[in-house]
Amino acid sequence: MNAEKFPSEPPITVRNLTMAYGETIVQRDIDFTVNRGDIFIIMGASGSGKSTLLRHLVGLRAPVHGQILYYGTDFWGSDEGERNRIRRDCGVLYQSGALWSSMTLAENVALPLRVHTELPPDRIREIMALKLALVGLSGFEDYYPAELSGGMRKRAGLARAMALDPEILFFDEPSSGLDPVSAQLLDELILELRDSLSATVVVVTHELASIFAIGTDSIFLDADSRTMIARGDPKELLRSSEDPRVRRFLTRGQEAA
Amino acid sequence: MENTCGATHSEREDAPPRLEMEREGETLWLRITGEWRRGFRLPPAGAVERELRSIPEASRLAYDTGGLTGWDSLLLTFLLEVDARCAERGIQVETGSLPAGVRRLLALAEAVPEKKEMRREGRRPPFLVRLGGKTLSLADSTTGTLAFMGETFLSVSRLVTGKAKFRGSDLLLYLQESGARALPIITLISLLVGLILAFMGAVQLRVFGAQIYIANLVGLGMARDMAAMMTAIIMAGRTGAAYAAQLGAMQGNDEIDAFRTLGISPVDYLVLPRLIALTLMVPLLTVYADLMGIVGGAVVGVAVFDITPIQYLVQTRESVALAHFGVGLTKSVVYGGIVAFSGCLRGMLCGRSASDVGAATTSAVVTAIVWIIVACAILTVMFHILGI
Repeated sequence: MNAEKFPSEPPITVRNLTMAYGETIVQRDIDFTVNRGDIFIIMGASGSGKSTLLRHLVGLRAPVHGQILYYGTDFWGSDEGERNRIRRDCGVLYQSGALWSSMTLAENVALPLRVHTELPPDRIREIMALKLALVGLSGFEDYYPAELSGGMRKRAGLARAMALDPEILFFDEPSSGLDPVSAQLLDELILELRDSLSATVVVVTHELASIFAIGTDSIFLDADSRTMIARGDPKELLRSSEDPRVRRFLTRGQEAA
Repeated sequence: MENTCGATHSEREDAPPRLEMEREGETLWLRITGEWRRGFRLPPAGAVERELRSIPEASRLAYDTGGLTGWDSLLLTFLLEVDARCAERGIQVETGSLPAGVRRLLALAEAVPEKKEMRREGRRPPFLVRLGGKTLSLADSTTGTLAFMGETFLSVSRLVTGKAKFRGSDLLLYLQESGARALPIITLISLLVGLILAFMGAVQLRVFGAQIYIANLVGLGMARDMAAMMTAIIMAGRTGAAYAAQLGAMQGNDEIDAFRTLGISPVDYLVLPRLIALTLMVPLLTVYADLMGIVGGAVVGVAVFDITPIQYLVQTRESVALAHFGVGLTKSVVYGGIVAFSGCLRGMLCGRSASDVGAATTSAVVTAIVWIIVACAILTVMFHILGI
């Protein structure tokens, strides 16, 4: 929707962002652009502020300083109605899935559609069934989240995130807590969704296998200097980055700093 | 427990831990023998330091562990202690002869130097700092409360204009949970409250032979105040606490964030149905509690004080006017709102850990009861001025 209005603007632009909890600065001077069709990786060691950056990107925390623009619109400079419209174009998959535990999978996936669209119940049910089928959960419509395994909950969370056909999908540590096979299947699913829905994907992760398998662009957050210290295609970073901290991370410590 | 174990173990035959110290030129030899394990009383590292102090020319410390039969973390703590004391005195420590496992663990423990700047001050911060901290956190929580009040107000106005969206099935569930399911406990408590009121009054009234006025006392007391207040307090403990725990747990599982990032107002979806349910159900329960309280009073009057049921009924009908029930009902609507609001407020402002949920639950009940009493006082004065 936005894309038609501002076809030339990139989906996400972050300018000069500083994030803080109270007086503790988490990261400062973050600057990057996510282009259409990118699978953009936010990587860094534990505690470097990756998830905090994601919470800023999805509009859950306001930056202390700097701007976050969606298709050229400043998120925190907009009014609540505009913000909600932007939010509707974004889908978020939380680390734990964050499914609403008092609702079945069907109700979870259908709720965003019921709130934000005028579709008749039958169509909503069809869309819901389609989304669950896309993540391989057909037949689990009437299950409650507590009755599913962690991997299934994550996939159901993805189905809910995709309910409104978002243009930008955010993933918070998609492979954490998954076995290698499920993690790889989820990676393939992300690639597939990006290609078929022509969505833009932002992934927070520290799984090297995923980073190299799906990433097309990335930033690297450093916990000690509290800013981003590298930027670019992760495969390219592995080949040519000079920074010992980045090399150490990307080679799993094989090349000691 | 550790100590008693130590005593029994030490009495055992198998080699207790022993430390012998021997000087050889500039080197102090530590001979470590026996079982260096939990459950034995270990020689203190202070002894080594005393020995070092007595030989100022020592510049090297070496271990002989030929007689060491077993070890665990206790040996490591001893060695680290000795290491630290030697480092202070500039004495070189020879670890070559220690078992390989011990050496590797020592190296691991000393690989990352202590981050001194990260250590929390053990000392209690000074009074003014604590006062400031408390004041700031009070300001924070007030901001949170006001923001939530504002959001709830907006949400209620959306409800009035018909724009608020939530699931009808949720509302029905909460109505059932806070209505029908609360009947047994409301029955029990209001019967007993009626009974207690009757006994309390009867003791005095009997002196004047005016037992019949038990009916007035119980009827008026229940209708105007007791029924509404007891119902509200029960609902605060039963339902308000549950609301806080439900929303708090949802907070910990990112479920509330999920509402926000989907552009759905969590207040509309989660708070509104709960608020509606309690503001509807507490008055209904209060009517029921009125009745039960009067029945409780009647039981005492009839069984103990020789009033006939008909007399009691007639006396009650004459003394309690509809306006009195109106007073109680008005109060109960306010109480219902207070209970739901405090429960949801504490749940929505809850932190993310399990102990946060516990704190939110407690705080929801305390907040609700405090505000119920405050509201009762204000409303009582208001009704008095209005002459109702």
